[in-house]
Amino acid sequence: MSTTQLLFSGFGGQGILFAGKFMAYKGLIDNKQVSWLPSYGPEMRGGTASCSVIISDTPVGSPIVSKPDILIAMNLPSFDRYESAVLPGGMIFSDSTLIERETDRKDITEYRIPATQLASDNGFPTLANMIIVGKILSVMDDFGAESVDAALKKVISAKHADMLEVNLKAMKLGAEYKG
Amino acid sequence: MVVFDKPHALADVPMHYCPGCTHGIVHRLVAEVIDELGIEGKTIGIAPVGCSVMAYDYFNCDMIEAAHGRAPAVATGVKRSDPENHIVFTYQGDGDLASIGMAETVHAAARNENITVIFINNAIYGMTGGQMAPTSLPGQVTQTSPYGRDVSLCGYPIRVCEMLSQLEGPEYLERVTVNSVKAVKNAKKAIKKAFMNQVEGKGFSLVEVLSSCPTNWGLTPQKALKWIDEKMIPYYPLGVYKDRSAKEETK
Amino acid sequence: MSEKVLMKGNEAIAEAAILAGCRHYFGYPITPQTEIAAYMAKKMPKIGGTFLQAESEIAAINMVYGVSSTGKRVMTSSSSPGISLKSEGLSYLAGADLPALVVNVQRGGPGLGGIQPSQSDYFQATRGSGHGDYHMIVLAPASVQEMAELTVKGFELADKYRMTTMILADGTMGQMMEPVALDIEVKPMPEKPWAVTGTKMSRPHNIINSLFLSPDKLEQMNFERYERYAAIEKNEALYEEYMMEDAEICIAAFGIAARVSKNAINEARKEGIKVGLIRPITLWPFPKAPFENALKTVKEFISVELSMGQMIEDVRLSIDCRVPVTLCNRVGGMIPSPEQVLDAIRNAAKNGGNR
Repeated sequence: MSTTQLLFSGFGGQGILFAGKFMAYKGLIDNKQVSWLPSYGPEMRGGTASCSVIISDTPVGSPIVSKPDILIAMNLPSFDRYESAVLPGGMIFSDSTLIERETDRKDITEYRIPATQLASDNGFPTLANMIIVGKILSVMDDFGAESVDAALKKVISAKHADMLEVNLKAMKLGAEYKG
Repeated sequence: MVVFDKPHALADVPMHYCPGCTHGIVHRLVAEVIDELGIEGKTIGIAPVGCSVMAYDYFNCDMIEAAHGRAPAVATGVKRSDPENHIVFTYQGDGDLASIGMAETVHAAARNENITVIFINNAIYGMTGGQMAPTSLPGQVTQTSPYGRDVSLCGYPIRVCEMLSQLEGPEYLERVTVNSVKAVKNAKKAIKKAFMNQVEGKGFSLVEVLSSCPTNWGLTPQKALKWIDEKMIPYYPLGVYKDRSAKEETK
Repeated sequence: MSEKVLMKGNEAIAEAAILAGCRHYFGYPITPQTEIAAYMAKKMPKIGGTFLQAESEIAAINMVYGVSSTGKRVMTSSSSPGISLKSEGLSYLAGADLPALVVNVQRGGPGLGGIQPSQSDYFQATRGSGHGDYHMIVLAPASVQEMAELTVKGFELADKYRMTTMILADGTMGQMMEPVALDIEVKPMPEKPWAVTGTKMSRPHNIINSLFLSPDKLEQMNFERYERYAAIEKNEALYEEYMMEDAEICIAAFGIAARVSKNAINEARKEGIKVGLIRPITLWPFPKAPFENALKTVKEFISVELSMGQMIEDVRLSIDCRVPVTLCNRVGGMIPSPEQVLDAIRNAAKNGGNR
């Protein structure tokens, strides 16, 4: 019986909502109870973006994640805003290309991945989000699961099927990153 | 030999209109056209709020009573629910069509919604007892413009056909009157065309009928008919303001 | 059960409406419900339906009035300020006894307010919203699955009783994604001999109308409508009970507030506090019976709302104010946290019903 609450945060355009949706779909395919809730605002592009994802063995109550087990921070404002909200024993996955400082907290684990840099170096500059997702999955020892493939197919529409492989590549890069 | 008969589409009930009011004439013309086109069984009429609010009792086709000004929106729904099998007309006064319902009128026209609109312009609110309408003439005395319509305070009358003719959307716009035998014949021709356009799928057709309101104008029926000639037609010239198909044919 | 898909609440409403046979949608863009219009704009042309972006909410509800007059299933959706504009049409739909489905994905008010979730249109929805004596059936989903199921049910109830059903959701329910199964049973639509579809010259004309100048007649129409409402109150109230068997404290909450409250209840139960939840699913008719029944053990009710306290009045009426009913709320687009609700529960437990 467990519940994992994830909070994805960053700039609009970084694929925050997409990464969250992937994790939610993976949970669904793994027969978990899931919810995904985006922040929504008047800004269409470039504002802050965040989404709450809950993956649980029991029905999801509130879909709002205010105290995450896992925080994904892809820019400094998000890191500053949510760092203190992470539950003791929780984890932060941060994009170290854009976030220079590390957390001071001793009761949580931070994984720093230069995701934006890695994405850019490898020719898929828009997939920093999936590099971080790869890292999360490897930390949770879940990277090789069949549901990863299946979930990707769900979130990438048939029209963009050519994006499947490169997304997997980005995730693999993140999973294998030792920092 | 029958020389004069009541159209089938007109219900055999007493109407509530005042003596000398031209609503009755226009009702009859609409009913004659529905008979002649043989469309009564598929026609759905939409009554407004205003003097013709109870028009739903006066036509034998299916009828709807709409909220004030909303008849074109209701007509849009009815038409779109079964475009092949519904012939839809609205029957609206000047307050309904050109004041509270102006947005619905303009947008139905802009969409070239395939409906027929019969627009009674008598330059006054009749049902509520003679208040200023969006089409009341400059200087016209009404209950709410007791010193005459002062355009510096309440603006100018709206010429609906002229205004709508600036839109790309509508198919057919014509202004007629019914204050003489000749005018009535001409009005019937326009109304028939407005229904035919719908049958042929051509789109939004509006006939503006300059009408009399002897009661609220404070005139006898005869003088009211004359007032149309003397006061209304100079401000609201009769004629065709748009006829897209005719224009295309002459090209 | 069919395969579950992840869907936004707004999209689930749109897809369920299509499933229920709705082929006509009229709307006007407003956050946070625009996904419904976008979904319909994409789908309707492909299935021979009508999507039309109206010039205003007022026009949209009157287009609904037009289609409904012809007997077909039809809907519109909006958010709080837009529902105010539709309220004229809602009154006319009631006066003409026309069925329709109207969705309100609420946002904070009054005025232009904000765009974040709210439940502050409870009075507007449950008290009719427009002028005159009338009700709408008001359904309050608390999950994406319910967004879909209650949409189908909403159409069925609207047709059965010839009235508007309103889905009263909020920004959270509209925007969140959850797994949803769309194998929802749809009952056949009842005959509608009153509809205006053309007389075909084979019957007297039908008239759709809300004008009755004779007071006797208008009074009679109102009496008859309220007989129908009485039947609805008797037969159609829906609610969920959660941990109510031994509850001494009862939370009343609907929609997102109920979800948050469940988290708080689970925590409070760990502390040994006997607390449960009654979640009204129909807000009108308000499910009075479970509240009356709860009085056997409950010493205090807490109404958890995203409003300044609106449903709390119905909770008090349901129990004739026999025990205290307190309010736990956030407004303006804010949502009560589970901690806030837990504090309210602890506070109630401490007082033991003595206020």
